[in-house]
Order: sequence, then C-alpha cells, then structure tokens
Amino acid sequence: MATDRRQNIQLTPDGRLRHFLTIEGLSRELLTHILDIAESFAALPGRPVKKVPALRGRIITNLFFENSTRTRTTFELAAKRLSADVLNFNVSTSATAKGETLLDTLRNIEAMHSEMFVVRHSQSGAAHFIARHAAPGVSVINAGDGRHAHPTQAMLDMFTIRRHKGDFTPLRVAIVGDILHSRVARSQILALNTLGVTEVRVVGPRTLIPTEARALGVHVYHDLDEGLRDVDVVIMLRLQKERMDGALLPSESEYFRLYGLTNKRLEAAKPDAIVMHPGPMNRGVEMDSEVADGPRSVILQQVSYGIAVRMAVMSLCMQTHAEEREEA
Amino acid sequence: MNISILNGRLIDPANGIDDFLDLHIQGQQVLAVGTAPEGFEAQETIDASGCIVCPGLVDIAASLRDPGPGRIDLASETAAAARGGITTLVCTPDTQPVIDTPAVIELIHRTARKLRRTRVLVAAALTQELDGQQLANMAALARAGAVALSNARRPLANTLVERRALEYAATFGLTVMLRPEDPHLRAGGCAHEGAVATRLGLPGIPSCAETVAVARDLALAEHTGARVHFHALSTAGAAGQLREAQAAKLAVSADVAAHQLHLTEMDIEGFDANCHVSPPLRTLADREALRQAVADGTIAAICSDHQPHELDAKEAPFPETAPGISGLETLLALTLRLVDEGVLSLTEAIARVTCGPADLLGLPYGRLGAGSPADVCIFEPDTPWTLRRSALYSEGRNTPFEGWEFEDQVTHTLFNGRVVYRRDARNPA
Amino acid sequence: MTEAPQHIFMQHDGIIDLIDGMTGILRHYLHDREIDNPAIIGIHTGGAWIARELHQRLECADPLGLLDISFYRDDFTRIGVNPQVRPSRIEFDVDERNIVLVDDVIQSGRTIRAAMNEIFDFGRPASITLVTLIERNGRQLPIQPDVVGLRLPLPTHEHIRLTGPDTFTLEITRRTDLSPSS
Repeated sequence: MATDRRQNIQLTPDGRLRHFLTIEGLSRELLTHILDIAESFAALPGRPVKKVPALRGRIITNLFFENSTRTRTTFELAAKRLSADVLNFNVSTSATAKGETLLDTLRNIEAMHSEMFVVRHSQSGAAHFIARHAAPGVSVINAGDGRHAHPTQAMLDMFTIRRHKGDFTPLRVAIVGDILHSRVARSQILALNTLGVTEVRVVGPRTLIPTEARALGVHVYHDLDEGLRDVDVVIMLRLQKERMDGALLPSESEYFRLYGLTNKRLEAAKPDAIVMHPGPMNRGVEMDSEVADGPRSVILQQVSYGIAVRMAVMSLCMQTHAEEREEA
Repeated sequence: MNISILNGRLIDPANGIDDFLDLHIQGQQVLAVGTAPEGFEAQETIDASGCIVCPGLVDIAASLRDPGPGRIDLASETAAAARGGITTLVCTPDTQPVIDTPAVIELIHRTARKLRRTRVLVAAALTQELDGQQLANMAALARAGAVALSNARRPLANTLVERRALEYAATFGLTVMLRPEDPHLRAGGCAHEGAVATRLGLPGIPSCAETVAVARDLALAEHTGARVHFHALSTAGAAGQLREAQAAKLAVSADVAAHQLHLTEMDIEGFDANCHVSPPLRTLADREALRQAVADGTIAAICSDHQPHELDAKEAPFPETAPGISGLETLLALTLRLVDEGVLSLTEAIARVTCGPADLLGLPYGRLGAGSPADVCIFEPDTPWTLRRSALYSEGRNTPFEGWEFEDQVTHTLFNGRVVYRRDARNPA
Repeated sequence: MTEAPQHIFMQHDGIIDLIDGMTGILRHYLHDREIDNPAIIGIHTGGAWIARELHQRLECADPLGLLDISFYRDDFTRIGVNPQVRPSRIEFDVDERNIVLVDDVIQSGRTIRAAMNEIFDFGRPASITLVTLIERNGRQLPIQPDVVGLRLPLPTHEHIRLTGPDTFTLEITRRTDLSPSS
C-alpha cells in the first residue's frame, strides 16, 4: 500500500538524521540538537582558523537545478568550514538541457564518490526523489524544492529566534506575504510548531494564502495591523515580481500599502519584537528601509547564522551515513 | 469450437441472472444458458466450481499507446486486458498519430483482430490532432467504426468550439466523451488543491476546475441536444451536478476511474508519483460521494482509465512525472473490492463494468443471453493474491497498488468463444 | 555497545585527594619551568570538571577555557557528535601563552591530539602542559601526560569513566566490543 513511500526517509530506523529534506516528521529534540550543534559553529568566525577538520577528505556536491548564487555560496562555505571538498554543478545550464535525465545526472556525480548532495530544484518533491534514488551512504540535503520546503533556511531562522528570544514556547510569530508560493514559509511553520511556539500567524491577501492554510497549523489574518498585534517575531517574505502577472496582485504599490512593514505598523507588535526576512529583500515592497536597517531588524545576523546551521546539518547527516557504511 | 462452462455461479446483470447455471458456447456466440440443447457436444469443458461466471468486462476508456513509439502496444495491453477479464476495450484517441482519420481506426482494428485477445473499439478524436480547434471528420470516423468521439485530456480552445463540436456530433447521433476540466483553473496543477498539496507545496487543481467545466458542458449539452458522456469524474460536486441533470432528463452519463473509488489525496504523501493521476486524487468526502453515485447508478460505469507509462515517465520529481495509472489488471479487483467494503452488491459491481458501460455507448456486449458474443470472465472469489508491479502483463508498470491484497482472481477469460487467458497457463492464449 | 555491570573504583573524597596532589605537582612543574601565569583549558566533559578544580586552586587570572573536540576527532564520522555538544570557549588570546591542558583519562592519546589541533586553530601557544587525572595503558600515539593523578593499568576490555560534576566518582565498566577512544 505504498507505505514505504510514506515512511520518513530522512531518518534511520533508530531516528538519526540520514537526509535533511523537510522539517516534517522531525522531533523537537532533533531540531534542538541541530540548533545546539550550530551554536558550536557559530563561534568559529571569531577564531584565527575558521574551520574544523570534521569532514576532511569527504566530497560534498552542490547540485543546483535552479540558480541561486547566494544559497549555494553559504552551503559551499559551510562545507569548506567542515574541511570537506566541494563540487558545484549548475545543472540548469548543462546536463538536462542535453536530454540527460535527473537520474543520469545523479549517477554520474555519484561515480565521483560524492557522499552528500545539496539539492536545489524548481519542483516540489525533487529532494525526496533524489534521496529515494541516491546510493546507500549518500546523504541529500534539500536547499529548496519548488514550493515545498527549504528546511535549512527555516532552521537558521529558528537559530536567530532562539538567540534573541531564548525559549520558543511563549512566542507569537507572524509570517507576512506570499505564503502560497513560499517553501520557506512552509518549513518555518513546521519548525515553529514543532518547537512549540504559542501561535503562528500568516498574513496576506487571499490570493497569496493557500485555501487550506489552516491545515498547516496557523491562524490566518488578512489585515496586517491585526496580524502583528502582540507578536514577538515578524517574518517578512519576499514578493516575486511574477505575482503581478498571474492576477494574484494588482500592483506593488498596493501591496506595500496593505502589507508593507513600516516603523509605524511595527508598533502593533511587542516592543522587543524582532524583524526577519529570508532575503533577498525588495526595499519599499515588503518593508521600508527604516525597518530593514533599524534596531529591530536581525536580517544580517540571519545570513551569518546560516553557515553555522548548515554546518550542523551537514555534519549530522554525514555522520549517520558514515555509521551506516561502517555497519554494512 | 464448442465449450461448456459448468458448475459456476452465473451472474449476468443485463439479463437479471444470478444462479448456478451452466453456459454453453458454440463458435463465437452463447448458445444456451442452463441445460445444454439436445445434441450439443462440447469439445472443451471448463469446471467453474466455486467460481463466478460473468460477462467479459467492457472498459470504456483506456489509453493503449498504439500506434505510438515505445514498448507499450496493443500486443502487451490486450494481453493485460485478457488477464484482467476485459473483453472489450474502448481506446482513447491520444495515440501517435492521433485517431483522427479512418486509416488509424482501420490500423487499430486490424492489429486487434490479428491479436484476437480482446475487442478493441475506438473513441475517435473530436478535433483534428486533438488541437481543440478544428473539428475532426466525425462522420467518416463513425463510418470507420468509431463508437464515440473524445478529445482525450486536451482542452477545447473555447466554448464556441465546444458548442460547434457538440452540434456537429449530434447531427449524426454520436456520443461525445468529455473530460470536464477548466484548463485555466487547472493552471499547471498536479494534485488536488487541498490539505495535502498545501503541505507538500504541490501546485493544486481545485475541485472547481471540474465543476465549472461540468456546468458549462451541461449547459451546452442541453442547448445542442448532444449525447454527452463525462469521463473520469473526480469530485462530489460533479456527481451532484450530474444527478440533477439526469433528474431533469438530460441525456448525460458518466464514468469514474476505479482508482478514484479507493485512493484519496492522502495517498500522494511522500510524493508517490504512482499516485499522480489526472484528474487528481481528491478528498475522502469526494471519494464517498463518487461511491454513492456509483451505487445509485448516477455513474453507470467504472473504467480503468488505463494510462500505461514506460519507467522513465514516473522517474522524476512528482510534478514532472506523467499522470496516470496502468489500470487494466486492477479494474475487476478494485471493483469487486467495493462489494467487500459494502458499497455495491456483487451484481451491481459486475453491472458497472459490463452492461453498464456497454449500454452507455449502445454496444451489444457485457451480457450473456443466447446469441450474445461469447465474451466471458470467470473469477474465483476468496482467493487472496498480492499485486506485484513486476508481474503485470501490461508494459506500463505504473501502479500504486503494489503490495495490495485482493480477494478475487480471474481464472479464465473467453473472447468470441475462445479462451484467451487461463490462470493456470503462464501464457495468454 | 554492550556494557556489563559497572563498579565504583573511587569515591568523591579520594578523587579530591588526587586533585590536591596533582595541584602540588603541577605547581612544582610550572615553577621549575618558570611559568608563572598559565592558562587552563579543560576538555569537555570530565576534563573540564578537573580543570575547574585546578583553576580554582591555582587562582588563575584568565577565565577557564573549554574545548569540545567533537569536530576535531580523527574518527568524527564514526563516533560523531556528542548529544551534549557545546561550543568550545577560550576567552583569552592563546598566542604565546603557556597552556595547561586538562583531561580526566588518557588512554589512546587521540583526544589529546584532537585537542591540540583545536588549540592551534585559536593561536600559537608558547607551550602546552598535559595534566590528566588517570593515566591508563593503551596509548596509540606518542603523547604522554606531564602531571598525573593516578597511573592505573587496566585490562583492555575495561573502561574507566569519571562522573560528576558536583560529586565525583570513578567507575570501571567491562566492555565487550569497543575500541579505546580516550
């Protein structure tokens, strides 16, 4: 009954992290462990030597079917700080254009003895697909698949929140903008709920909120002022310009007027609320520069924490697979 | 050849028969039910003790990919049909080339006649090359033997084309099979727009993509007087619309794919590409409404909606995989499972895959009265078996039912008076 | 890993006596080498507890340093991340300092090698003095402690472990299938 597909292929039978594809199905303990490990790595930039030898001699491949220099660079830096060797494949411009299938590409790179794939793809489920077909002993880390998941981004956001707020349980978090198309939002919502926050809100017009949003475990708001009332954390999502073409929104200016974050509107939130954005930000669309550069913004910290969190996930997965290899 | 099928429980819904009756076949026809006529001598007798003997199944929508590239062809798919107890297949026009000329119909008929495993009928293209714009030569196609017209899964360009197509088909009394779906509301979706797709981030196909289309099609059916058949309904809303239209005496009918009566959106969990189908698997409430519509006869036919694919077609991230299930070999098993689940009586279940679909297209099959074509399916109930993808006769191994346990197993299939499948022999005839 | 029942080898008071003794030896050792301002670094977790005791007794000016060598182990991908992994913390400049590196038990020497590797990623110390509570047999690398609380020969299948941090005990466990890793 296809039950094999429904098991969490990210975990070994004894619950260790084999792949990192989605937050769904991971325990609070495991997420906390990832954040704890990331704490170890967050201190590295202060040292003269900014890397550890943990993954020396291992090969990690960035397999990007969708261009994203920013994300690829943070994964590359994370891998290098773990002393791994890094291969970069930008597949959108090479293999598949020549009729090579995704599986062909995978097999070719596996033959280069890569033990970990960091995968980015425009289709939901691509990371699951690759994980299902990867050779035993090869880990897959999802660096964003379609609208589905971007779990390392969500974890770096959790890391940022924990650094500022400590405990997750009393927090109210508002995620504002294009929830419908956002893999980041889906992963953030799962992570926040797993870590036990009091409330997750999503705020946006009906065209950008999934009809079944409540199935995600959130409260839906269409009014920004109401949605921001008494929240501890505000996460602003990026608005893609294409949304104007698909009749989802009339214009950027109307969007900003209704959902753009300004210092004035931020007054509805708690006085110590922090403002986050997964980047890259459209100033004057999602938020005003006075907010982005203001004292409540933690946007730049998010970027630097991203490396520590990715190191944590990579070292955990690599270790699980190495143990499996050992046992086999 | 004369064949007697003895000691079986004969269920022939078209003739209201459910009794322990023998069946005697002479040549290609049923000679008698019950006692053999004086002087009849069977060259072969089939002992059907403990088995159910019913008309061979009629599947009114199967994509057979022949003519077309690749390994899937009429030889492999008719073998699969025979194994599944199917003796009449209506092939959809989405072949390569498309069935929009009498020549392609003739080619399919000739190939099928040579294979002699099952009857292959044709639903020909409604528009040329299924482009949704220019009407196909419907009268010529009908003369060549097309039993219905269909645009497969391709949308028509606009409502004016649809109006004209229905009017033109109505001129010749031809049935038009429509797959009701608004392409704009579908908008590149690949899964039911519901809780599961929302969580998995899969682009959704809303239920209203179907109900909007059904409303439009019903209005045009009424306006044009065309005989419209809806293929593969998937929503509770559409089942309700159909029920109302039938109550208003509109000549409309529908079928449902067997898998829609068992699977739901929950089954795509984990991005199982074998559950990527079109129309998409919907909610439990939709499934229950479809079951109800099948039970009360609003939906008179269950079809396989057979969509065999080569391996590569399902080896990709979910949205990029080809939709569809290889369904010939599970049509009977899934239909009979509805009996175990208390949805249908055994007679109703058999009717939905025999005389039900045959009557929708005015075909003389799916019944076993004296003089009917000797198309027979014999199956043994309470004989558990497990479906294995690798054991399918179809060249399309894309089934989500891998590992499912079924209770009823086909032991013999007879087509035109010949045994074309025998469980205990490895080869189909 | 299958562990047989363990037995207590030494209780808190005995261990405190050992630490007091080590403190005296360490003072002499540092004095002989004209080191008057050592910086102490303990290896997480047992080594850090002993280091804390020495840090108090020697009244060091610099904050106690703490190393978690998880990511420096030569067998990282086999043994991996300790569930209680914590950041290494050295809040003084390592360059040209005389370091006292403290661990609870030295066996193979691999932990000490990893720790020294990590210390060098913080800077270039003038010297490193190695102090361990227990020195047992089983060395796999040419690394020897300078100051030892107790030398203890043990059968290879026996394992000694310090528990703490408030009340110390030393436990001996008999193992059936684990390679020495301390």
